[in-house]
Amino acid sequence: MEHIDLTIVWAGIIGFAVCAYVVMDGFDLGIGILFPIYSVGEERDQAMNSIAPVWDGNETWLVLGGGGLFAAFPLAYAIILPATYPLMIAMLLGLVFRGVAFEFRWRDPRHRPFWDMAFSLGSVVAALAQGITLGAILQGIHVQNDAYAGGWLDWLSPFSLLTGVAVVIGYALLGATWLIWRTEYRSQQRARHLALPLGVATLLALAAVSLATPFLAYDYWRRWFTMPGVLLTAQVPLLVLICSAAFFWGLKRGYERLPFLMALALFLLGFIGLGISIFPYAVPRAVTIWDAAAPYQSQLFMLVGSVVIIPTIIAYTGWAYWVFRGKAGTHGYH
Amino acid sequence: MFADLDPVILARAQFAFTVSFHFIFPAFSIGLASYLMVLEGLWLRTGKGVYANLYRYWLKIFAVAFGMGVVSGVVMSYQFGTNWSVFSTKAGPVIGPLMAYEVLTAFFLEAGFLGVMLFGINKVGKGLHFFATCMVALGTMISATWIISVNSWMQTPTGYAINAKGQFVPAGSWLDIIFNPSFPFRLVHTVIAAYLTTALVVGAVGAWHLLKNRQNLGARTMFSMAMWMAAIVTPIQIFAGDAHGLNTLEHQPVKVLAMEGHYEASPEGASLILFGLPSNEDERVHYELAVPRLGSLILKHDPNAPLPGLKDYPKDRWPPTPIVFWSFRIMVGLGFAMLGLGLWSLLARVRKKLYDWTWLHRAAVAMGPAGFVAVIAGWVTTEVGRQPFTVYGLLRTAESHSPLAAPAVAASLLAFIVVYFGAFGAGTMYVLKMMAKPPSADEPEPAKVPQRAAGITPAAGVAAAPQRRA
Ligand code: HDD
Ligand code: HEM
Ligand code: HEM
Repeated sequence: MEHIDLTIVWAGIIGFAVCAYVVMDGFDLGIGILFPIYSVGEERDQAMNSIAPVWDGNETWLVLGGGGLFAAFPLAYAIILPATYPLMIAMLLGLVFRGVAFEFRWRDPRHRPFWDMAFSLGSVVAALAQGITLGAILQGIHVQNDAYAGGWLDWLSPFSLLTGVAVVIGYALLGATWLIWRTEYRSQQRARHLALPLGVATLLALAAVSLATPFLAYDYWRRWFTMPGVLLTAQVPLLVLICSAAFFWGLKRGYERLPFLMALALFLLGFIGLGISIFPYAVPRAVTIWDAAAPYQSQLFMLVGSVVIIPTIIAYTGWAYWVFRGKAGTHGYH
Repeated sequence: MFADLDPVILARAQFAFTVSFHFIFPAFSIGLASYLMVLEGLWLRTGKGVYANLYRYWLKIFAVAFGMGVVSGVVMSYQFGTNWSVFSTKAGPVIGPLMAYEVLTAFFLEAGFLGVMLFGINKVGKGLHFFATCMVALGTMISATWIISVNSWMQTPTGYAINAKGQFVPAGSWLDIIFNPSFPFRLVHTVIAAYLTTALVVGAVGAWHLLKNRQNLGARTMFSMAMWMAAIVTPIQIFAGDAHGLNTLEHQPVKVLAMEGHYEASPEGASLILFGLPSNEDERVHYELAVPRLGSLILKHDPNAPLPGLKDYPKDRWPPTPIVFWSFRIMVGLGFAMLGLGLWSLLARVRKKLYDWTWLHRAAVAMGPAGFVAVIAGWVTTEVGRQPFTVYGLLRTAESHSPLAAPAVAASLLAFIVVYFGAFGAGTMYVLKMMAKPPSADEPEPAKVPQRAAGITPAAGVAAAPQRRA
């Protein structure tokens, strides 16, 4: 194993975990974001039922992202979290509210409006905080002597607010397309109506962030727009175009699954774009993954288990999704 | 407005607050997951409806408690980075992998099978459903194992070296790190504590309903099961606690001396201080009430064995003695109260009055929250007694924190307090409401739950959950 660079392997694994988190919790945060638009009763219950058995598993990828970063790149974890302190706290508190709402809303009908609101607000806050964090990381973090050296509001900028809003919109799209797939009747109809404007808004947001990023720093510019890299990077917008076309076509033809899959594909492409911008930094333009990496013994020890365990996790998670396949209708799954 | 507060104190307060709140839920859900496994297993073996009813009764409560455990736990996994970034950079290479293994082997297991456990009985059949219950229970155990290993390594670090950047790095075998000297003791003591906590809650709920209706079969069954646990497991816990204390005396003598309140060395055998007000400033215990030589008898198993005093150690290594002294006494006092309850129930059982002695039932109700109090008191003893270090003897708490701004930490601490009391307060209320309902005898078996439309079965909770979807 000595000649494989485990740091790259670990960067891949953490990237995978974050990506898995973003798409999986993305659709269930998205449902929270759309919740106020759904009418009380059957519509909301269906939407909630469609994710109740899986949300905990989805959120566990966030724990793996954080915990994995702590273990594999302790320095990056120790720089990014203090740099985004208020965002992290806001995200965690948002997740507290939306997490407890899954159980609490069924406990007392008189309290249900309150917990539905908590579910929704918590989801919006968490999504916004995640998006702003992304922007804060991209725009750069002030590092000195291997530690965060900025103030506690450095993360706040027009760019980071833009990424924040973009993520909220994107999650809402994932949520809407998931509901097209997994619900029926009025709930599904509403999701269809929402998916079209959300699809347009997501593409606009994606475009805005993509256009703004290269202007943040020359390094990003160089990566995207100079030869020969541009031959490769140009494929990303191209694929985005193809997927968006398929998305709108699928929506128009009334397909149930295609819009969700295409929304996932858009997220994946956005993620690849981020990879192109950031690699090989753990904290852009300040700390590379090799600077931040845990020692070889730590990486190896974790890898030995992960090789077996991560596929196992994927297998039983897949099984759990399969158990709850089909429509989360008023009369349950068919 | 918060600018002149000390950010380190605030960060400590925040960590202590969030982790103490978090631990309340695992203390209950570790025990309850195993209890549910036993109930479902008994139901599958005997076919008796009472076990199925109890399973469904406690499953609803479990769902709420577990949800609160999850969200408060997610907070914990980010607290190391937000508030203790220097600690994270330095200790990350050693404890990070253990925590990553906890996520991979425990959290995913729990989360993956929880959905099936809560909602899936009509979808997967009894056998697979039982399997899912077992996996969730196993997940809580695995989780406890890893996190206790992490915590124990911070108490009694072994198997590490320090590299050029001042980081702790693994040296030699990971087994030395995982199985550090205090780990087995702490794991056994904590898991038993979780079982006892759950048993006391189950016992209190059973007793509450027995006080109202002695014939309720569900209440009888749970009360009897819980009292067996209390009677059998409390002595084991006291024994385990004693062994744990001996282990601590070996590795962290200063902590034990603070727990005991011994400032002076006792060359001829130490007393056991029952009551007193220790003071680090005055370096003595005020109003001391002590039994001669009992301290040495307990700690050394020899009444005449000499024991050092806190003054034999540099004062900058003393923990805040009064906190440790009192939290330890609260835990031990409650431990003996639990023993008393267990013995009383044995007596009632022998006399065939287990379901009739109302004073026993009242005592069991009163003892319902005792496990939580003992567990938190135990952790306070362990953690405060470890001060002023985060990695014992090697890394000081004062050098572990993030570059923090007091306003940010103060505001977030305030937010945590408001949100936790609000959200978890409401959750506790819902749990109490569910507990106030007697377990009913005529609920159908889970496999044959009637189909009902969604959303009209709110308060019936998880027993209704399969119906919501079925
Ligand atoms: C002795 C047991 C024990 C102890 C000492 C701790 N926990 Fe815990 N934790 C559990 C036992 C547990 C559990 C029983 O496994 C939980 C409770 C509910 C649950 O989902 O799992 C859990 C949940 C839980 C979760 C959510 C998992 C999920 O998403 O499903 C996280 C991230 C943590 N914990 C992290 C921590 C951290 C960082 C701790 C230390 C500071 C900690 N736990 C102490
Ligand atoms: C669930 C297990 C744990 C519980 C219940 C627990 C409990 C506590 C408590 C009650 C305090 C407050 C001490 C005080 O009054 O100052 C504390 C402090 C602290 N604990 Fe733990 N702890 C646990 C695990 C850990 C772990 C795994 C770490 C790993 C980093 C840790 C690190 C700290 C730190 C850094 C402090 C702050 C220093 C301090 O204020 O004492 N604890 N903990
Ligand atoms: C009555 C006899 C008991 C004795 C002698 C005892 C002894 C101890 C000691 C010495 C410690 C501190 C270990 C250290 O860090 O150095 C401890 C911690 C602890 N105790 Fe107890 N204990 C008793 C009863 C209980 C009971 C009844 C509970 C809960 C139901 C409990 C829960 C805990 C917990 C959760 C901890 C912290 C984790 C740990 O370090 O193991 N204890 N106990």
